[in-house]
Amino acid sequence: MALNKDYEDIPGTFVFDADRGREGYQLNQFCISLRLKKNRDTFTADEATYLNSYSMTAEQREAVLDRDWNRLLELGGNIYYTSKLAANDGINFQQLAGLMTGMGNEAYREMMVAGGRSPDGNRYQHEWDKKDKN
Amino acid sequence: MARITAGVGCSHVPAIGVAMDQGITEQPYWEPVFDGFEKSREWMKAQNADVIFLVYNDHCTVFDASCIPTFALGCAPEFAPADEGWGPRPVPVVKNHQVFASHIAQSLILDEFDITIMNEMEVDHGLTVPMSVMFGDKGVDDEWPCLVIPLCVNVVQYPAPTGNRCYNLGKAIRRAVDSFDEDLNVVIFGTGGMSHQLQYKRAGLINKEWDKQFLDRLTTDPVALSKTPHVEYLREAGSEGVEMVMWHVMRGALDDAVEEVHRHYHVPASNTAVGHIILENKKDQGEAK
Repeated sequence: MALNKDYEDIPGTFVFDADRGREGYQLNQFCISLRLKKNRDTFTADEATYLNSYSMTAEQREAVLDRDWNRLLELGGNIYYTSKLAANDGINFQQLAGLMTGMGNEAYREMMVAGGRSPDGNRYQHEWDKKDKN
Repeated sequence: MARITAGVGCSHVPAIGVAMDQGITEQPYWEPVFDGFEKSREWMKAQNADVIFLVYNDHCTVFDASCIPTFALGCAPEFAPADEGWGPRPVPVVKNHQVFASHIAQSLILDEFDITIMNEMEVDHGLTVPMSVMFGDKGVDDEWPCLVIPLCVNVVQYPAPTGNRCYNLGKAIRRAVDSFDEDLNVVIFGTGGMSHQLQYKRAGLINKEWDKQFLDRLTTDPVALSKTPHVEYLREAGSEGVEMVMWHVMRGALDDAVEEVHRHYHVPASNTAVGHIILENKKDQGEAK
């Protein structure tokens, strides 16, 4: 019997479960390698060659080179890993959230200072589907 | 005999560490975050704790995806702050009470909690930020005022251990501490949270009402609180809010009856709601046992 993934109807959210962990393994291992300076330097000198050491999919590789932050999550990346790639680009967690939400840094920061994103209307996918229709 | 006298719940937002390391805690953005910890530092000092048992999670720093232990107990002599991608935090190396940690490891496994033993380990902001918050500024050449036994919990790859499992692990840690002969005052920290989501299109989620009921029920209703299902954390408190399961380890290690002596809550620190609570075992109850 399949596992009950009761968290899949949360909108705008990936739950990094064992299936995602499997799909994203090489991508995430690449990302974490960047926490060490010698690896950051090697990667920055020649990104494409550095990526050859990781047998990730063509889509994952492209998303890395394009810094397509949401695509990286869609392809099995986890935020704590992808944030290492962002950090190498000088992007911190809050700036990264500004990019992933499409809000931009200023608007995102203002939302947080004003108390953050309310859970109201943001708990279930059907609430977002309804918003899209209107 | 070693004894656990109090528990601390505390967020471990990395930006809090960065603010301290850069000396910008008095800026208007940060001032309300740190104001709420002033009383905590006085309290911490007055405890004269010998050992902190510190429950935290690693953020894909020391543990990569190749090995994901659910509970990893630090048994090494010391734990250096790790480079998380922007250089190690300039704070002291954390020193262990190694004999005590070995005792706890053995006791926990015989008590049917199959923890992983870490004889070498670095630690990330999940551990060092709560230390900085509770003990104030310390440089690399300083020493922390007490020893630390780290317990690293997987909350990154779903599923984290259940709140119930964490609460019962807290009980087992209490039994392990109670059976150690050295006279030691132990304070247990549960860290992480509160509501926050760092990723994807719903990033920035904060749920003050949910956080407040969590803080309230730690004192009044801890057993039912520990049975909160994962999906509720994820939906109500954000995908990274599930870190709060670690607070149940802290709560489980205390007496059933506790007294809240301090609380602090502020939004935001970067992407996160900062939550903090100090709980003490009710002294008369402790005597009666």
